[in-house]
Amino acid sequence: MEGAFILEKLILVVVVFTISLVIAMYSTLAERKIAGFMQDRYGPNRAGFGGILQPLCDGGKFFFKEEIIPAGAHKPLFILGPTLAIITACISSAVIPWGQTLTIGGREVTLQVADINVGILYIFGVVALGVYGIMLGGWASNNKFSLMGAIRAASQSISYEIPMGLSIIALLMVTGTLSMGEIVAQQSGFVNWNIWVQPLGFLIFMVCAFAECNRVPFDLPECETELIGGYHTEYSSMKLGLYMFSEYINMFVSSALMAALYFGGYNFPFMYELGLSQNWITIIGVLAFFLKIFGFIFFFMWVRWTLPRFRYDQLMGLGWKILIPLAIANIVLTAVVIVVKDTYF
Amino acid sequence: MNFWERMYLPAIAKGLGITIRHFFKKIPTVKYPEVQRSYSKNFRGLHSLKRDEEGRERCTACGLCALSCPAEAITMIAAERTKEEEHLYREEKYAAVYEINMLRCIFCGLCEEACPKEAIYLDGPHVTAEYLRKDFIYGKDKLVEPVFDITKLNPEKTN
Repeated sequence: MEGAFILEKLILVVVVFTISLVIAMYSTLAERKIAGFMQDRYGPNRAGFGGILQPLCDGGKFFFKEEIIPAGAHKPLFILGPTLAIITACISSAVIPWGQTLTIGGREVTLQVADINVGILYIFGVVALGVYGIMLGGWASNNKFSLMGAIRAASQSISYEIPMGLSIIALLMVTGTLSMGEIVAQQSGFVNWNIWVQPLGFLIFMVCAFAECNRVPFDLPECETELIGGYHTEYSSMKLGLYMFSEYINMFVSSALMAALYFGGYNFPFMYELGLSQNWITIIGVLAFFLKIFGFIFFFMWVRWTLPRFRYDQLMGLGWKILIPLAIANIVLTAVVIVVKDTYF
Repeated sequence: MNFWERMYLPAIAKGLGITIRHFFKKIPTVKYPEVQRSYSKNFRGLHSLKRDEEGRERCTACGLCALSCPAEAITMIAAERTKEEEHLYREEKYAAVYEINMLRCIFCGLCEEACPKEAIYLDGPHVTAEYLRKDFIYGKDKLVEPVFDITKLNPEKTN
């Protein structure tokens, strides 16, 4: 492995890491602003122009708050909880293809940290690990409410990973590959986007993504009205900050995943018809990808300020009785269509 | 609920429609320190004891305001004007002490209506917050309007 390759990947890792942190940071502001607008008010607008410095103030506040570890808590696991949550949130962005190739000084640079051939499985593994952060934190707090939140988080993410996986299987039957890079590359232009062939799969995937991110209407693990703060009841200072941050990074990664799997990733309409050079296509493609991601993040927030929270039995009922049968039906339907298409056309 | 209702989707779409309409609505909030709403024309605020055109206090301590006050917020002690005080008080009798308890006052404006000398008006701003109850009893130091000095006027500013 040559030095330039390592350097190139290192730079890419740092850039992706920074971008996801900055986006997570500003998601907090966007969330509060959008909440404000949807409730006919302004939201935070005092720190900087239009509240642009608000995330910095919030972050600074987290650092200066008192750090409390409860007397009955299991100290190593209590610290490990938020650490694990933020690490798993960050590393899941490694396989997402941010763009095509850039040619810099005769060198082709692929805008993807690692195009492993089991990219989707990798993301599933990492996302499933993410719930350990919540579980460990909730259990180690030695608090009934935290434990309840942790249990809810665990059972919720297990329940919703099944329909998520099943909806992905239907997508894989269409694309025929597990590599994220190839899945996105197949969707060039506009008509090849997977949303047109897998609308039901996308819907199931999106609902499950909401549940995996613990977002409203599936935010039962931290449900304030019943569980105080859920799994992070006992957390304070930057540990709480890390939990919140990991939640927003998860939201960013899920949005990126949805955009990449179903909405063509970096592909945009008429990308080859306009006669642009490869570098320009890549740059516009990256911008288009981020536009799609922001659209999904906005949708996450839009839904949050629209829907009330599910009751716990309703959540389980939706997951097991509606989404899983639907996802299986989607697989069967996809299989039939593929067979019919291959045999008769 | 039928199957389609149990999918929640039409209801969710409807709800999303409502919130997005609010997203683009004009926000009625007034950004307070930068933008201030003006008071209405007949706003009744803090009392002020007026002076006449020569800068003398108009109040003659007749006690009609105290009598008319439904909240019994006004107290006064009258005194007789001496020869040297003619430039200070308009009438022969004046209020040596004039106190309004702002915690009792209901800002009804009856004192204003009762006054035969046009000496009291509720034309000020709000009563400010204080730490102690005794600080809400406003004496003449706070109530009497400052002396109007025509020589200090800036001619460019007034016209």
